[in-house]
Amino acid sequence: MIEMKNVSKWYGKFQVLKDCSTRVEKGQVVVVCGPSGSGKSTLIKCVNGLEPFQKGEIVVNGVSVGDPGTDLPRLRSHIGMVFQNFELFPHMKVTDNINLAQVKVLGRSKEEASEKAHSLLERVGLKDQAEKYPGQLSGGQQQRVAIARALAMDPIAMLFDEPTSALDPEMINEVLDVMVELAQEGMTMMVVTHEMGFAKKVAHRVIFMDYGEIVEDATKDEFFGSPRSERAVQFLSKILHH
Amino acid sequence: MFAAFDWEVIWRTKAYLWQGMLFTFNLTLLAMVGGIILGTLLALMRLSSYRILNVPAGAYVNLLRSIPLILVIFWFYFLVPLAVKAITGSPYAEGIGPFYSALIAFTIFEAAYYCEIIRAGIQSVPRGQVDAAYALGLTYRQAMMRVVLPQAFRNMVPILLTQGVILFQDTSLVYVVGLTDFMGAASKVAQRDGRLVELYLFAAVVYFVLCFAASYYVKYLQARLTPASR
Repeated sequence: MIEMKNVSKWYGKFQVLKDCSTRVEKGQVVVVCGPSGSGKSTLIKCVNGLEPFQKGEIVVNGVSVGDPGTDLPRLRSHIGMVFQNFELFPHMKVTDNINLAQVKVLGRSKEEASEKAHSLLERVGLKDQAEKYPGQLSGGQQQRVAIARALAMDPIAMLFDEPTSALDPEMINEVLDVMVELAQEGMTMMVVTHEMGFAKKVAHRVIFMDYGEIVEDATKDEFFGSPRSERAVQFLSKILHH
Repeated sequence: MFAAFDWEVIWRTKAYLWQGMLFTFNLTLLAMVGGIILGTLLALMRLSSYRILNVPAGAYVNLLRSIPLILVIFWFYFLVPLAVKAITGSPYAEGIGPFYSALIAFTIFEAAYYCEIIRAGIQSVPRGQVDAAYALGLTYRQAMMRVVLPQAFRNMVPILLTQGVILFQDTSLVYVVGLTDFMGAASKVAQRDGRLVELYLFAAVVYFVLCFAASYYVKYLQARLTPASR
């Protein structure tokens, strides 16, 4: 489904991604973790071409992301993405947030889009909030709307870029619950997160990154059982022991 | 000492002054709308990563911000008809008249200032909003029209209006091409009737009241709009 081959990226002289290769099969959940500044967010943003990369190749569902001839908007409309800061459009109601791309990109009618929006809002537990503006919702609610907005496009895969990092602790679970449910339904997911509980519960594989490199790319049991690299051991000991 | 003044003169000439005021409003509004549209295009060009777009837009802005408005008005009135004549070779090419040439001059001049305001407004919209729009599959155009510009303009309304107030005052420069705005009308009456003090004082009060009221409204808008944009 998603295949990366030797992806490298530079900001000026600084290399943020070094020769990263990995793949996500259909229906798999892959968690990407690592210290901050290790390039995980950059890596996930390369998958849908939000960040350009200078070397290597990323193929999503048979389409090469880096190819200048690729219709990126079309490709992106098939890949859902959820951001750390939710990024709902503050000037639109919740329903309009969910309808916008359905109507403009997929060409659905307004009624069709609204119906979809309603069923998705119900699914994430927010059917009463449809007519509110994002600023009137809590962080956890906003992030669930963002997930609904992405799902409305009937994506073939979902990318999550630290979806719970900006949330107050008591709101993290309401978002994780939605994500766990998605994973259990067989959605292909690539998730940048520090929530190791989530990883243990639903991930098939865990990728550990440091200094722009993929240091470890292992099945969940291998990773949590006996990480092979010292850096991963250190990282796990830091985040798991409190 | 005020006995020597004849304030009646204002009342007597009110129709003429009002005509001047209508002209001023008309020119201000049209130039503002034109300037904002052209300024938005220029701002998008300036923010583009293509040199072929951002370099000319930058040059335009820097050029127009470096010359006095009165020169631009002059040029458009006198030089453009000549240029059109030279290019088309038509001996019949005439000017487009003082009003349209002044309108064009104000529009292209104001566009340079609006461009910078709008550019800052667009940049005030967080990068993540653009990413989110793209991630949903929106094109550049759709992302701009639906997501970025609505938020940018909401942030910019107060400063755009402030620039409009400045434009409102600047329209008095049209006297150089023989047009009569409110200031021009007041001036003509003053000269004709020898009532300089009365009319210039009156004009000052009118400008002050209108501009002060507008600034006050801008402040009110600022207070109302700022918390809404999260």
